[in-house]
Amino acid sequence: MVTSILPLVMSDAVVKRRAKVLLGPVNLTISQTGFTIVMGPNGAGKTTLLRSLHGLERLAQGRAQWQTPLKDARRRQAFVFQSPIVLRRSVLENLTYPLRLRGTEKGRATALARDWAQRVGLGDALDNPAPQLSGGEKQKLALARALITQPDIVFLDEPCANLDGRATREIEDVLQASNAAGTRIVMATHNIGQAKRLALDVVFLLRGKIVEQSPAGAFFEEPKTPQAAALLRGDIVE
Amino acid sequence: MIRIIACVLAMTGTTVSAENLKVAVTTSFHNSGLSDILLPAIAEDTGIDVQLLVVGTGQALRLGEAGDVDAILVHSRASEEAFIANGYGTHRREIMYNDFVFIGPNADPAAVSDAASAADALTRIAQTEAIFVSRGDDSGTHKKELSLWDAADVARGGDWYRPVGAGMGAALNTAAGMDAYIIADRASWLNFGNKADLDLLFAGDPVLFNQYAYIPVDPALHPHVKNDVALALEDWLTGEHAAMLINGYTINGETLFTFNAETGS
Amino acid sequence: MGDIWEGISAGFWLVVTLDPDLVEITLMSLRVTVTATFVASCFALPFGAWLAIRRFRYRRFVIAVLNALMGLPPVVVGLIVYLLLSRSGPFGVLGLLFTPTAMIIAQVIIITPLIASIAHQAIRDIWAEYHDLLISMSTSKRQRIATLIWDGRRALMTAALAGFGRAIGEVGAIMIVGGNIDHATRVLTTAIALETGKGDFSLALGLGFVLIALAVTVNILIHAIGRTERDGKW
Repeated sequence: MVTSILPLVMSDAVVKRRAKVLLGPVNLTISQTGFTIVMGPNGAGKTTLLRSLHGLERLAQGRAQWQTPLKDARRRQAFVFQSPIVLRRSVLENLTYPLRLRGTEKGRATALARDWAQRVGLGDALDNPAPQLSGGEKQKLALARALITQPDIVFLDEPCANLDGRATREIEDVLQASNAAGTRIVMATHNIGQAKRLALDVVFLLRGKIVEQSPAGAFFEEPKTPQAAALLRGDIVE
Repeated sequence: MIRIIACVLAMTGTTVSAENLKVAVTTSFHNSGLSDILLPAIAEDTGIDVQLLVVGTGQALRLGEAGDVDAILVHSRASEEAFIANGYGTHRREIMYNDFVFIGPNADPAAVSDAASAADALTRIAQTEAIFVSRGDDSGTHKKELSLWDAADVARGGDWYRPVGAGMGAALNTAAGMDAYIIADRASWLNFGNKADLDLLFAGDPVLFNQYAYIPVDPALHPHVKNDVALALEDWLTGEHAAMLINGYTINGETLFTFNAETGS
Repeated sequence: MGDIWEGISAGFWLVVTLDPDLVEITLMSLRVTVTATFVASCFALPFGAWLAIRRFRYRRFVIAVLNALMGLPPVVVGLIVYLLLSRSGPFGVLGLLFTPTAMIIAQVIIITPLIASIAHQAIRDIWAEYHDLLISMSTSKRQRIATLIWDGRRALMTAALAGFGRAIGEVGAIMIVGGNIDHATRVLTTAIALETGKGDFSLALGLGFVLIALAVTVNILIHAIGRTERDGKW
């Protein structure tokens, strides 16, 4: 195993769209292990933060520095979108797709795909067309497809926002198992219960800036900002 | 040695069997059905595969000028002589003639069937302002029609005069649909399948005779044209077998064409 | 009405007895249009895909031109190809006028914009759907194009079939550049025009049946492909 691409150091990062600042300046270090939950009210910049950490957003200023060259770092991370993107192919082909991109031999890719389909409860749906799956099944497929290459880090943008309780639990179980096996996880969520169940530390965003970064216990017990306290109480935060 | 013989055989074989010749002919000639009799006989007697481009005389002449065909067979003397004079064709050879006839509704509101001459027939149509369909496509038939109008010296161009800009068959279809008068060549008329209420009303005036002539495209101007094959076809068209087939071609017992080529070239 | 029934029954018999002229003309139609569709697809499908994912300065302009070219009047295309291929035109030495090749060239020009435009729209839709995922997976440009073309293959096939449908029923251009020569360049549409001109409606209708059957088959195929596309989204 090559050395990890982590920690990721983001310094003075700013993301703009049409001269409007969406995010930043942000200074953030993502360490080698852990489970970070990104919280904040709607429009605070949670999605933009995740996307810019992953490299999907162009930084107007600042930089995000990995420990290995960018090309290698990009191949060893994955992203799960809020509304799952599945390829217009079968479940099996969706799962083998990232492996085949990396040149994994077909038989081995298929074996891995079967294994991961079992883990997320899609073992019986291998040959079904992915676009015909339910929302929860699509998201489980997207998660398995993200994890199948054993990335160093996975970003998840509110993956359970549109899902029922059962699908949410299954996804959380898979995430915790992967995290225990050493995958670094950074995930945005709206759901305070989910944050409490999963978080090891919390990043709290407000109007595009990080206003608090604390271990989970401290954040939920004694939030440093009135806005975080309000959010945890269930009040509306602007 | 065997290989050389095989090669020679193959070469001569292709030159004999695959000799095709593009000839632009008028719609009226093709619609007569005569080409269906002549082409197989030509292929059998000479080995020439004649490919007919069926167009109006105007376009046939343009095809010849551009060198896109090897020879033309048309019926519009003035245009043909201009074609030769401008150096596009080597010579003009008369082959045969048929005649034009007046077609119209069998009720005959203009009483064309009583006309004394072609000019008289046109005068009657103009005076009663009966609907008249003109080819209007610069074809030989169209040019003939225009020359007849000029000779009759009557004004045309009212609402009743309808140039359709189409081939003989399409123009006949239009005339059938409108119960109109029209000038057609006899062959096209006899072969026409959709006569509806139309009848042949007037024929026989010598000015209605329609001379077909064959013109090979000048190889001096267009070196790629198959002049030797075109000349071989001319020999056949002016020969005895052609004379027999052309004079013997009838529809419903009526002779359509009269062979009048001067034999022996 | 008499004409129509007479024509329909005569046409029907020509079809069921496999009249040799009818078969020859139909095969020529298929040969010309299948070839034209294949050649046009070879240009148009990759071009449509390229246009969908590549951002460049005059992209909108190129797309607008492409959409405008979809409405190219076939007769004008025929005339231009005729003038180019005529012995006195720039490509006259090739001797292609009044050959099946000339008809294929004209049809390729007529249907390439149509196929490219439909392919562009299809690939653009898939690209909009896949964009973030393929960037996230740090795919190479080649891998992206391959993925889009493979997953859009049904839509691309629909584009090619639409081109076929337009070409098989086209008469204006191929009449001019093909010349409708018996046993050489006569196809369904030009033969129908000719037989109608002769007032011989039975052969014209028989040919018309074959043409309609071909067009209907193609449209059913497009519809079927389109439905699996919508139902399955894959």
